[in-house]
Amino acid sequence: MAERASWSLGAALRGVFGAKTIDDDTWDDLESALIRADFGPAVTEEIVAQIRAQVERFKTTDPKDVQRMLREVVEERLAKYDPTLKLTERPAVVLVVGVNGVGKTTTIGKFARFLRSYDRSVVVGAADTFRAAAVDQLATWAERAGVGIVRPEREGQDPASVAFQTVDKAKQDGTEIVIIDTAGRLHTKDGLMDELGKIRRVVEKQAPISEVLLVLDATTGQNGLAQAEAFIQHGGVTGLVLTKLDGSAKGGFVLAVQEKTGLPIKLIGQGEGIGDLTGFTPHVFAQKLVG
Amino acid sequence: MATFGNLSDRLAETFKNLRTKGKLSASDVDGTVREIRRALLDADVSLDVVKQFTGQVRERALGDEVNKALNPAQQVVQIVNEELIAILGGQQRRLQFAKNPPTVIMLAGLQGAGKTTLAGKLAKHLAKDGHTPLLVASDLQRPNAVNQLQVVGSQAGVPVFAPEPGNGVGDPVKVAKAGVAEARRALHDVVIIDTAGRLGVDAEMMKQASNIRKATDPDEVLFVIDAMIGQDAVTTAKAFQEGVDFTGVVLSKLDGDARGGAALSVASVTGRPIIFASTGEGLDDFEPFHPDRMASRILDLGDILTLIEQAQQAFDEEEALKVAEKFATDQFTLNDFLGQMQQLRGAGSIKKMLGMLPGAGGMKQQLENFDEREIVRTEAIIQSMTPAERENTKLLNGSRRLRIAKGSGMTVTDVNQLVQRFEQAAKMMKTVARGGVPQIPGMGPIPGAGGYGGGKRQAAKNKKKSGGSRSGNPAKRAAENEAIASGATQAGQGRAPSGSGFGLGAGTGPKNAPTEEELASLQKLLGR
Repeated sequence: MAERASWSLGAALRGVFGAKTIDDDTWDDLESALIRADFGPAVTEEIVAQIRAQVERFKTTDPKDVQRMLREVVEERLAKYDPTLKLTERPAVVLVVGVNGVGKTTTIGKFARFLRSYDRSVVVGAADTFRAAAVDQLATWAERAGVGIVRPEREGQDPASVAFQTVDKAKQDGTEIVIIDTAGRLHTKDGLMDELGKIRRVVEKQAPISEVLLVLDATTGQNGLAQAEAFIQHGGVTGLVLTKLDGSAKGGFVLAVQEKTGLPIKLIGQGEGIGDLTGFTPHVFAQKLVG
Repeated sequence: MATFGNLSDRLAETFKNLRTKGKLSASDVDGTVREIRRALLDADVSLDVVKQFTGQVRERALGDEVNKALNPAQQVVQIVNEELIAILGGQQRRLQFAKNPPTVIMLAGLQGAGKTTLAGKLAKHLAKDGHTPLLVASDLQRPNAVNQLQVVGSQAGVPVFAPEPGNGVGDPVKVAKAGVAEARRALHDVVIIDTAGRLGVDAEMMKQASNIRKATDPDEVLFVIDAMIGQDAVTTAKAFQEGVDFTGVVLSKLDGDARGGAALSVASVTGRPIIFASTGEGLDDFEPFHPDRMASRILDLGDILTLIEQAQQAFDEEEALKVAEKFATDQFTLNDFLGQMQQLRGAGSIKKMLGMLPGAGGMKQQLENFDEREIVRTEAIIQSMTPAERENTKLLNGSRRLRIAKGSGMTVTDVNQLVQRFEQAAKMMKTVARGGVPQIPGMGPIPGAGGYGGGKRQAAKNKKKSGGSRSGNPAKRAAENEAIASGATQAGQGRAPSGSGFGLGAGTGPKNAPTEEELASLQKLLGR
């Protein structure tokens, strides 16, 4: 497994917090560190201004206080939204959406295992009928997680019908949770985004959709916001999943996404292993990020 | 490639403030540089690159090199663009093929960057060019990556070498090596090795990639990177450079709306050229990378810069000064007129130049109707004259005119019209060159005489009119002819600080979408 240390902003900020006093360099360094973590210029400015105001109010000169304030500010911003997954319906239908290559299928594999570990019965639906071998990829994950899978009956089948069949099967078998994989789609492709709307409508004929999870890649930059907005509009997203946090990217853009869209982060993925998915806890996340 | 609004709007806003000033002050430059900095950060260009970049832009914007023929907005736009292209690698590079086939191409990158899809695209592209590529499935990590490559390969009509089933089984280094041997045996001239996605921080996986490289000795190692990547692009690119030392970069998912600032970061930090851009999920959505287009995409400036450059090249200032002198001393002859016209033509197809103006898309139809040969015809008439006739139009009697008409394949009426237009124009230029403002019916204020306003549009009109009006309405014709004159006049004044390099430069700030009124008048002229 990759070393996790680089995930934290700690290294970038060591200079700031290790300094003797707070001066202009502190703010420059803080700003740089936040921008490097993909917070984006707007959010960075806000956070720096907020901390600056606090430092002035409390008349502190100890950089350690800045560290604590940063942690608090980030945590406070993250904690504004409720990260709990709502899976009380039976069956609880979860739709997983996102652009290409963010890790949707992998997330589903891990999520299925995550749910199995709470002893829930799960079935996954391979509604990504577009990408070559996506169904097989999901099948492999399903096998690893020990859950059932509904495959398309033929190649290139309408993804909405696969989703329908999956929910249908879950109802018959009394399976508690249904997770539906969808093909990756760039949010700028209107046709594909409409297809997503169709999947939703078709599934809703069977059962209400409990969660629509948008998977975001932590390495994504400011484009993440555009993605989220488009998917909310077409897919009715209810929560975010941040993946690939085991790399060197810090995914700071989710802060902007959360605030602009009001969507909570619900899960975070940190590796290719089947156990590398955890629920999202603002406190832990902020702690890890700021160090 | 699509272009996107936000940045353009913001820069345009800053430039609008600049455009009303004749000179850049330090605080103007600082304000603009701040906007550019933010814009670049919003486009996900890495912070260090942004810092370095804005530093250079600032220095140059405050320096003396500033081109006097352009107004401040363009000074900055041009500097920004030059710097951007310089970083992006200036020229595009093509794949290097091995002297002794097979050429080995290895793909590397983060998970989900689009390597497997790219492998298929690249294979199809090469097959189209007459190569016989072989795809090698060395991604044994991700579940069913091998299957995916096989499907992609069959779609591209290219064989796939996949001895191992994948899903964690098998040794990718061995597979890669065996793949090259297989290619040699089956006489494939290109081998494309698809490898597993890996994180830059994953030392073990980087080691594996490096081993694949050592085992196969590839001619090209392509680093595939997602155009949507953020600040992490630099860290990742550096890690891959250290790990496998790639020779080129492929930018994927450019069909989204990410501005692709990562391209700038990666090119700047690693010094490796970006070779291909991948623009969709179809196997044909793949093209060579154009640094200049990417620069425009990052800053969303359209092709406006090309336009500025062309206009500048086409009209050299010495020439302009000479012409201005001639106006003043009453020595402006048909020879000079011809020279002006040829300079215009040197700027490239006028249709093309008009098409590059932002907002010109809606005028496509009018552009289609515009007959560029008109200029050629005028040229033919002048070139059918003797040198003496060109110097002095008064020589032109009826029989000379008939000869000229026959020589140029036109009618005597055409010749008469040209001469008449020229005389009017020369007269008016004289007035202008001496400092007067001629009365031009129906044209409004003269471009170039009164500052920056509307220069671009006017110039566009002027250029078209160089061909001369064939309007049957004498008043309209006169107006149009004078428009030619004013175009030339403006050119003549190109060196004056308030003027512009031949009228074209003046209005070319990014904000200059044509106003309704301007469009209407342009349409009228074009639809004559």
